[in-house]
Amino acid sequence: MAAEGRLVTMSTALALAMSAIFCALGSAAVALAASWRPALLRLLAMPLLGVAGLAALAAGLGALIVAGTATTQLPLGLPWLPWHIAIDPLAGFFLVVIGIVTVAVGCYGVGYARSLEHGRDSVAVLGGFTGLFLTGMLLVVLAADAFLFLVSWELMSLSSYFLVAFQHDQAANRRAAFLYLLMAHLSGLTILLGFGVLAAFGGAFDFGSLRVAELTPLWASLAFTLALLGFGLKAGLVPLHAWLPEAHPAAPSHISALMSAVMLKVAVYGFIRVVFDLVGDLQWQWGVVVLILGSLSALVGILYALVQTDLKRLLAYSSVENLGVIFVALGLSLLFYAGGHSLPGTLALIAALYHTLNHAVFKGLLFLGAGAILHSTHERDLEQMGGLLRRMPWTGWFFLVGSLSIAALPPFNGFVSEWLTFQVALQAWQLESGVLRTLIPIAAAVLALTAALVAACFVKAFGIAFLGQARSRHVRRARPEPVTMRLALGLLAFTCLALGVLPTLVIGLIEPIAIQLLGQGLPPMTDRGWLWFTPVSAETASYSAPLVLLVLVLLVTLVFWGLQWGSVGRIRRCDAWDCGLAPPSPRMQYSATAFAHPLRRVFAPLFRIDESVEQQEDGRLRYRLQAVDRTWDLLYRPIARSVEAAARRVSHLQSGHVRAYLGWTLATLLVLLWLIS
Amino acid sequence: MADLVTPWPWALVIAQGFLCAALAPWLVGWVRLIKARLQNRRGPSVWQAYRDLYKLFAKEARVAHTASPLFRLAPYLVFAATWLAAAIVPLVVVNLPTAAIADMIVLVGLLALARVFLALAGMDVGTAFGGQGASREMLIAALAEPALLVAIFTLAMTAHSTNLASVIDYQLAADIIVRPSFLFALGGLLLLAIAETGRIPVDNPSTHLELTMVHEAMILEYSGRHLALMEWAAQIKLLLYGALIANLFVPWGIATDLSVTGLTLGLVAIVVKLALLGAALAIAETVLAKMRLFRVPDYLNLALLLALLGLLIHVILEVGT
Amino acid sequence: MLAQVPILQQWLLLLAAFVLFSSFVLLAQARLVSAIHAFAWQGGLVAAVTLVVALAEQSSHLYFSALLTLVLKALLIPWMLHRLTRRLRIERETESLRRPALAIMAAVALVIFSYWLVLPMVEQDLTFTRNLVAISLAVVLIGLLMMVLRQQAVAQVLGFMSIENGLFLAAVSATGGMPLIVELGVAFDVLVAMVLFGIFFFQIRDSIDSLDVDRLNRLTETPEEGP
Repeated sequence: MAAEGRLVTMSTALALAMSAIFCALGSAAVALAASWRPALLRLLAMPLLGVAGLAALAAGLGALIVAGTATTQLPLGLPWLPWHIAIDPLAGFFLVVIGIVTVAVGCYGVGYARSLEHGRDSVAVLGGFTGLFLTGMLLVVLAADAFLFLVSWELMSLSSYFLVAFQHDQAANRRAAFLYLLMAHLSGLTILLGFGVLAAFGGAFDFGSLRVAELTPLWASLAFTLALLGFGLKAGLVPLHAWLPEAHPAAPSHISALMSAVMLKVAVYGFIRVVFDLVGDLQWQWGVVVLILGSLSALVGILYALVQTDLKRLLAYSSVENLGVIFVALGLSLLFYAGGHSLPGTLALIAALYHTLNHAVFKGLLFLGAGAILHSTHERDLEQMGGLLRRMPWTGWFFLVGSLSIAALPPFNGFVSEWLTFQVALQAWQLESGVLRTLIPIAAAVLALTAALVAACFVKAFGIAFLGQARSRHVRRARPEPVTMRLALGLLAFTCLALGVLPTLVIGLIEPIAIQLLGQGLPPMTDRGWLWFTPVSAETASYSAPLVLLVLVLLVTLVFWGLQWGSVGRIRRCDAWDCGLAPPSPRMQYSATAFAHPLRRVFAPLFRIDESVEQQEDGRLRYRLQAVDRTWDLLYRPIARSVEAAARRVSHLQSGHVRAYLGWTLATLLVLLWLIS
Repeated sequence: MADLVTPWPWALVIAQGFLCAALAPWLVGWVRLIKARLQNRRGPSVWQAYRDLYKLFAKEARVAHTASPLFRLAPYLVFAATWLAAAIVPLVVVNLPTAAIADMIVLVGLLALARVFLALAGMDVGTAFGGQGASREMLIAALAEPALLVAIFTLAMTAHSTNLASVIDYQLAADIIVRPSFLFALGGLLLLAIAETGRIPVDNPSTHLELTMVHEAMILEYSGRHLALMEWAAQIKLLLYGALIANLFVPWGIATDLSVTGLTLGLVAIVVKLALLGAALAIAETVLAKMRLFRVPDYLNLALLLALLGLLIHVILEVGT
Repeated sequence: MLAQVPILQQWLLLLAAFVLFSSFVLLAQARLVSAIHAFAWQGGLVAAVTLVVALAEQSSHLYFSALLTLVLKALLIPWMLHRLTRRLRIERETESLRRPALAIMAAVALVIFSYWLVLPMVEQDLTFTRNLVAISLAVVLIGLLMMVLRQQAVAQVLGFMSIENGLFLAAVSATGGMPLIVELGVAFDVLVAMVLFGIFFFQIRDSIDSLDVDRLNRLTETPEEGP
C-alpha cells in the first residue's frame, strides 16, 4: 500500500513538473503576443514564468520528500525512439534549484521588463526565448533517455544564445554570443559522443538500459572523460571557461541570473547523472582529475573575479569559482567512494549538491542585485559607483546578504557547504594512499585560499558599489528600485539565511539522492537533535548554526541596547577626517582597481596586465588597466590559429570552377556507394 | 562529550566568555608594559588599557556625514563575532558545551565575518585611508587563511577531529614528548597569529603613519563607544590567538572537570601561559622591524611552508609508524 | 601511532623533520652567508641523526661517522666556504629567487613525489628508520632543484653539498650506514671537491669577472650563430 501511495504522489510530482513546462511554454507564447502590446510581457509572461518556477519547486520538493521514481512516455519523438521523462530525487533536487531562482526571476522581471518596453530591442524575442530557455532546462532535468536529453540540451543552448545576443547592436555582445554558440556546440557534441559510448554497450538510448550497461574500465573512463569535457565546458571549468565571463554579462540581468545560477547547475546535473548514475563503476583516478580541475577553477576563477571592474563580469568569474568548489566536492566524493569509504563519499556528494543549491540562490541574488543597480543607474562599471546603500537601501542590504553568503561566512548558507567540504577533506586520514592523504589537504588549502579571496572580492564589490560616496553624477541620482525587484531579492536573501541556519533540515531532504546514486545514506547526523549539525560524529565536528545566529543577534542587541543610555548614547554628525587639508572628495576614495592592486601584484604571473597612461585632448591623463585572461594566449589562440591554418589548406579545394565542384561531388558519391556496398 | 542539557556548564560558558572579555585588555597592557621595559621606559601600568576603554565608552561618538547605517552597525557586529569566537576557545576548562556550537573551522569563519565587517566599515566613509586599510587587510587575510587552515588540518588529521575540546583531550591523553608535525604547525600558527592580530612586523598597532597602517586605517573614522568596541574586539582577538596557541599546544593545566580546585588551577595556568606568550610577543616586537607591505606575502609564505611541512611530516613520518 | 614509538625514534623523527626544513631554508635563503649557516645546521642535524641511529643500533662505526659528519659538514666545509666568500668579497651578496613562492611549492611537490616514490619500498621494509628514506630522497631532489634555480656559483656548491647530505642520510637510514672505508672515501672526495671548487671559483671570476653561472652559457656543441 505504501509503495502504491508513493507511486501516486510521485506521479503527482511528475504532473506538476509537466505543468511547469506548460507554464514556461505558455509564457513564451504570451511573450510572442507582446510584440504588439509590450506590457503583456510584464503583466502576463513574467508572472507565468514565476508560476512555472513555483510548479517546478513544488514538484521537486515532492520528489525529494517522497523519494520515489515515476516515468512516463511522451507522445513525441521518433516512432522507434519515443521520448521518456522521469522524476526521481536527483531530478527533483535540480527542479528545486531551477524553481527557486525562476520564482525570483519571474517576480523580478515584472519590474525589470518595464525598462525594456521602450527600448529598441524586441521584448517578444526576450520573453519568447526566456520561456523556451526555461523549458529546455526543465526538460534536460526530466529527460529519461539520451535522445530527449540531447534535444532539450540543444533547446537550452540555442535559446540562451538568442538571449545572449539580445542586445546585438553592441559588437562585444555579438562576439560573446558567437563564442557562446561555438562552445555550446562543442559541449553538445562531446556529450553526444559520451552517450554514444554508453549506448554502444547498453544497446538502447533510454537511461534504464544505459544504467545496466556493463562497460569495461577503459570505455568507462572514455565515457567519463567525454562527460567531464562536455559538461565541464558548459559549467565553465578552467581552462574551458573563457566563454562564460563574456556571455553571461552580455544578457539582460535576469537572464544572467538564470544562466549563472541555474544553467550552470544543469551542467552539474548532467555530470552527476552521467557519471554517478549511468556510468556507475566509479574509479578513484577520476576523482583526482576532478579534484585538480575543480581546485584550479576555484582559484583562477576568483583571482580573475578580483581584478574585474565590471560588476556583472566579476559575478560571472565568481561563478567559475563556485563551479570549481562544486567539482572539488564531487572529486572528493569520487575519490572516497571509489576508494571504498562510502561515508565520506556520500558526505562529499551531499556537500556538492548543497553548494549547488546555495550557489544558485546567492548568485541569483547577486545577479539580480547587479541588475537592480543597472536598472537604476544604467551603470555596470564599479569605478563609477559608490554610496548606493543610501540611494537603494533594500538592494544594498540584500546584496550584502548575498556577498556574505558567497564569501562563506557563518551563519549564511555558503559557509555550511564549504564547512561540509572541509569536513570531508579532513577524513583524508582514512585513505590508504599517503599521496592522496597529502593531496587532499592541499586541495583544501587551495579552497581556503579561494574562500578568503572571495571575501576580498566581495568586500571590494559591495564596498565600492554601495559604500563610500558616488563616483559619478548618474549614480548619485540613482532612482530607488521597483517593489517587485525588492520582493525578489528579499525572497532569495531570506532563502540564503534559511539554508544557512537549517542545515540538518536541508540535508535530510538531499539524502535520498545519495541513497539513489550511491546506495547509501548517512548515519543519523543529528546525534543531539536537529539543533546540532554533526555530519561525522559529535566528537569529530559539530556546528550549530541556529545558536550561532541567536548568540550573534543577542550580543549585538544587548551591547547596542546597553550603550544607548544617558549621554553615552549621543551621536554627533561631523565631517570625515581630512588631515587638516582639503575636505575629502569622491575622487580620493580607493577605486576598485586600487583595491585589488596588492592581490594583483602578489598573483601577478597569472594575469597578463595591459597598463597604459594616455593623454586626453583636454590634457588630462587617463590611466587604463586591463587584466587579460591568460588562457586566451595559452589555449584558445593557438587552437584558433591552427583551425584557421587547416581551413586555409582546405580552401585550396575551392577553385571556383563549377566542373571541379561537380567532380568532387561525383567522387564523394562514388566513395559513399562503395562504403555502403 | 560535554553534556548539553544541564545548566551548570552553560553558566560556566557564560562566565568564561566574560573572563575572556575581561582579560583581553590586561593582556594588551601587559605586552605594552614589557615592551616599555625592554625599551628602558617605565611605561604605563597594566591597567591603562582598561582606563582607555572606560574613557572611550564615556565619550560621545562622532559619525561622518557620509557614513551609512552600516558604519554604526559594524562595531557591534565585529565585537559580537570576535567575542563569540573567543568564547568558543577553551580558556580555563575543556569540554564545555560551546565545543558543540562551533569547531575550529567555524572559529575561522567567525573571525572572517568580523574582518569583513571591519573592512566594509573602513570603506564606508569614503576616505582614502579606509579603502587602503581594507585592501591591505584583505590581502593579509587572504594569504593567511590557507596557512591557518593547513595548520588546523595538521592538528585535526592527528586528532581526527576539528573539535577544539577533542583536540585538547587528545593532546592531554597522548604520552609523547615532541611531535615534529605539531612543532611546525605551532611555528606556522605563531607567525599567523602575529599577522592576524596586526602586530609587528606585519602591522604596527601604535602607529598612525599613513603609509604603513592597516588596522588603524580602517578604524580611523571611529570615536567614542564605537572605537571602544573596535579596540576591545582587537584585544579579544589577541587573547583568542594566545589562548588558542597556549591550550592547543601546551594544554597542561587546563581543568578537565568542574571541581573548584581544577578551575582555580586552570585559571592560574592560562594566566601564566598568556603572560609568557605576551612577554615573548613583546620581545619579538622589540627585536623585529616592521616589514613593508610587499614583504608580507613572503612572511606569510613562510607560515604556509611551516604548516605544509607539518602536514607532510605528519603524513610521511608519523602515520604508519 | 607515534605515541607507542620508543623515545629514540621520536628524536630521530624530529631531527629528520628539521633536516627537511633546513633544505627549504637553504633553497629560499637570499643571503649567501646565511645560506652557508643553514648548510652548517643541516650538516649538524645529519650528524645528530647519525648519532641517534648509532645509539639505537649500538654500532660503533656510526659513532665515528657522526663525528666525521659533524667535523666535516658542520664545521670544516662551512668554514672553508665562509673564508672563500670573504676572499672573493661576496659575503654581502644576496641573490633572491625570481619567484620564491613557486620555488617553495615546487620543493613541496618534490617532497610528495619522493614520498610516493619510496612508498612501495617502505611498505616492505620494516626497519627502524624506514620513514627517513623519503626525507633523504627529498633532500637530494631539493638540492638538485637549488642547483637548477640558483645563479650564484657558491649557492650551487651549497646545493651540491646538500645533495651529498641527503645521500648520506639515505645511507644511514636505509642500511645503517655505508662501510667505513666507503664513508671515508666519500668524505675525502667531498673535501677534495670543496678545494677544487674553491680554485674553480677564482678561475671563473678571473675569466668572466663574475660568479653568475648564467654567464656560462656556451656549453653547447653547435657553434653560436652570428658574430
